[in-house]
Amino acid sequence: MTGLLSPELLSTIGRTSEPRRELVTRRDIRKYSIATDNRARKYLDGDEAPPMFHVALFWDVVELDQLSPDGVSIDTLLPKFPLEKAMAGGLNIEYHKGIFPGDWLTSTRTLTDIYEKQGRSGSLIFYEVVMDVVNDLGELVIREKTTRILR
Amino acid sequence: MSQASTSSRLIDIKAGDELPQREFQCGNVQLMLYNAALWNGHRIHFDEPYAKEVEGYPGLVVAGPLLGDWLHQCVEEWLGDDGRIFSIDYSNRVATYADEILISGGVIAEVRGADNEVEIDVFIKNAAGEIVAPGKVLAKFANG
Repeated sequence: MTGLLSPELLSTIGRTSEPRRELVTRRDIRKYSIATDNRARKYLDGDEAPPMFHVALFWDVVELDQLSPDGVSIDTLLPKFPLEKAMAGGLNIEYHKGIFPGDWLTSTRTLTDIYEKQGRSGSLIFYEVVMDVVNDLGELVIREKTTRILR
Repeated sequence: MSQASTSSRLIDIKAGDELPQREFQCGNVQLMLYNAALWNGHRIHFDEPYAKEVEGYPGLVVAGPLLGDWLHQCVEEWLGDDGRIFSIDYSNRVATYADEILISGGVIAEVRGADNEVEIDVFIKNAAGEIVAPGKVLAKFANG
């Protein structure tokens, strides 16, 4: 049995965000590629998006009054957890199709799991969020799974 | 290039081979541009007094996904046009800071010739040699 995870909290597993549809532009690819110190011409020129460009494309664009005092946007997909100190997390990304300027892509995020483990210094809560990115044909372009640990 | 050359590229690769290492040093201008490209307003990445005095960090914190991006670049520069990254699994283990010298690299973990795939253990390490972001990449070569 779990100690920290109430049935109400666990019932949020499966919760899904509103789909977000964004346009890929050459300018945004160029900015991302330069800022990441990429050396490949095709990315610096914006002919194609480098891996992880989707992180920038789908970062939440929130208004200023939606940011907390430390400048962070609240992730409305997540429930309130009984532990709040975030520890290092992990990312798993699958790349199914390339991304090019002019592409319209839609992302949907799903809270896929919440579980508890015992760490060396007490309980830890793990949660997983899967983001699927599809094109206008409905084809899967990227699947990204984020795992975060709270203590 | 022809299929034959791609095939020979894969045949020459064996477990234990090392990918070229690359040095990165993210200054505060680059760090600001990166977070601006994301719309990431987290003050630990651009507000040095806040990062130090309120959050207790020794400097501006390099955003975790930037290290993830460098892991991809390490593999893509080695692959060239011969293949592509199919998947990556990585984590951010240790915080890193603006102006810190970081090194990306990788080691071939497994070659699966029949599937035209290689598994690569990748890392970002700091100047002390600590692995700050370990990962595993599955790369697929274009042709057999």
